[in-house]
Amino acid sequence: MKWVDEFRTADGARKLAAALRSLTTRPWRIMEICGGQTHAILRFGIDQLLPPEITLLHGPGCPVCVTPLEQIDKAIELAHRPEVIFTSFGDMLRVPGSREDLLSVRAAGGDVRIVYSPLEAVDLALRNPSREVVFFAVGFETTAPANGMAVYRARQLNLKNFSLLVSHVLVPPAIEALLRSPGCCIQGFLAAGHVCTVEGYGDYLPVAARFRTPIVITGFEPIDILQGVYLCVKQLEEGRAEVENQYARAVRPEGNPAARRLVREVFEVCPRKWRGIGEIPASGLRLRDSYAAFDAERKFALNTGAVEEAPQCISGLILQGLKKPHECGAFGVQCTPERPLGATMVSSEGACSAYFRYKRTHV
Amino acid sequence: MHDLIRKMFATAFGGQAETDSAVLRSAGVRLAFTTDSFVVRPLFFPGGDIGSLAVHGTVNDLAMAGATPHALSAGYILEEGLPMETLWRVVSSMAQAARSAGVAIVTGDTKVVERGKCDGVYINTAGVGFFEHDQQVGPEAIRAGDAIIVSGDLGRHGMAIMASREGLEFESAIESDSASVAAPVLEMFRRGIHVHCLRDLTRGGLASALVELAASSGHEFVVEETSIGVREDVRAACEILGFDPLYVANEGRFVAFVPAEQAGAAIEILREFEVSAGAARIGSVQNGGAKVLLRSAIGATRVVDMLSGEQLPRIC
Repeated sequence: MKWVDEFRTADGARKLAAALRSLTTRPWRIMEICGGQTHAILRFGIDQLLPPEITLLHGPGCPVCVTPLEQIDKAIELAHRPEVIFTSFGDMLRVPGSREDLLSVRAAGGDVRIVYSPLEAVDLALRNPSREVVFFAVGFETTAPANGMAVYRARQLNLKNFSLLVSHVLVPPAIEALLRSPGCCIQGFLAAGHVCTVEGYGDYLPVAARFRTPIVITGFEPIDILQGVYLCVKQLEEGRAEVENQYARAVRPEGNPAARRLVREVFEVCPRKWRGIGEIPASGLRLRDSYAAFDAERKFALNTGAVEEAPQCISGLILQGLKKPHECGAFGVQCTPERPLGATMVSSEGACSAYFRYKRTHV
Repeated sequence: MHDLIRKMFATAFGGQAETDSAVLRSAGVRLAFTTDSFVVRPLFFPGGDIGSLAVHGTVNDLAMAGATPHALSAGYILEEGLPMETLWRVVSSMAQAARSAGVAIVTGDTKVVERGKCDGVYINTAGVGFFEHDQQVGPEAIRAGDAIIVSGDLGRHGMAIMASREGLEFESAIESDSASVAAPVLEMFRRGIHVHCLRDLTRGGLASALVELAASSGHEFVVEETSIGVREDVRAACEILGFDPLYVANEGRFVAFVPAEQAGAAIEILREFEVSAGAARIGSVQNGGAKVLLRSAIGATRVVDMLSGEQLPRIC
């Protein structure tokens, strides 16, 4: 398959691994931000090809994982309402709120539907004028344009029965928060290629300079990730701290201007709580006042209060690269993908879930 | 599902939970007996329908025991208001599939339930088969050194159902691989292949079948990712949705464990049949713990695990 096979060759991987071995002179700790990359690293066994000096830390770039419990509880509350058709991407359905998940709401008779595009949810609203269609708008910069487009379309169509439950998050403020946190041990970042496809990488330049930390915009195939690590280690070995673009086949410095315009038309930056990490200033998106009529939180009176995370869960430390999943006492025992205790076990892209699936019998 | 079967049904009813058919002995005759229910939505999908699927599923379960399928029952549960022409299409397709598979449908039952109580038609089939050989087929017969053979490309049935259920449009329609695999399986026995174990790759796909068999045989399986056939369109659909084709369901594919020295002959036999023309060796059985190791495309190794729940399409 074009764009896939040429980035998955054993030969290419071996050559890059050999180059990395001869380049690396001391230990380096590099974080891949994106859960898609974490998943690829464990699925293909990329970590096994790296020299022992290099430690990959698995970052908070999994939208399913970092969506706070309160938002999930709100989704569940909405999905229980008889007038609501609650729509979502598939992987949010199994994420447990404080008491249940969306799959169990569906089993109990709630109208919960998987959609593949938020525009499908707009169509559902058109076809079901007597129902309220709510779409769970979760994700990073990558999904913001499509979610924004749904609201934009809904307003053009003058729909009164469509709204978004928004829980959007942004990558650069999270990187900054990680770098500011006491005890931070991250020396370089692989930034998420698809996020930068939309937003470009202008926002990363001041972060790399201020914190003297290299950031390499990286793709998702094995060869991409190995190249990303190579470029990052090369900078570290040479004492440079720049933003480099490994994923140039998809990412332009300015990103996708049309998508960025749409996102800014519909959304504004806001503080956002990250599950496992806490609130990060200016790290989220919410609907602008001019689109308030499409904001499910403002449209429906939701009475979900603050909720407590499971005390045994160390996902906050894992998301900051301070612990590895198997260093948690609950890992694989009280906490499994079927009964997750916290953020990093809930989605297939979460670090704990990826370790559970691919590494359980190795660790 | 596996937990449910083990903890609930196997506990209550006793007996072996993890084989496709029961093997019974009576008055010196060995026969295989199995049953399966079909609740697929939509009823008609590219490459098949619930009627043909209900034959293939049960015929294949008998074949996986090494038995020659002989006769089936057909139990229909119909939703009130189901158009007669829809039912006729299902029934004709079922009859056609049974003829092609060489089995007779010899008994049956029909019930009607209120509108809204089922998706049009549910079908249960049970089947009996006889043995034309005296080989013992099952996970306990798997030996270190055995070759692991898969009968063709993976993932077509699951993705065909997914695409037609969810209205996903790809450049070409992915057709289900739903088919009877009895003929190539029985031909291996006839031509003297010592088939140690067979398993169809239905729910949970190749990965789940291998993990189950590794657990029940107590052996370690090592498979090569690059030797596992997945058609280009199926791979693309899986990439888009974030699915792993190793876990996607098939309805006309199986895995066979045969002695390494017979692997070539077994593959040649399988390739004589259209349904298993894509047969290939994907790995071998080793001494070691009960687990499945997969050598990835880039040459690293990882553990293959059972999937918990269904695969759900990913956000990004």
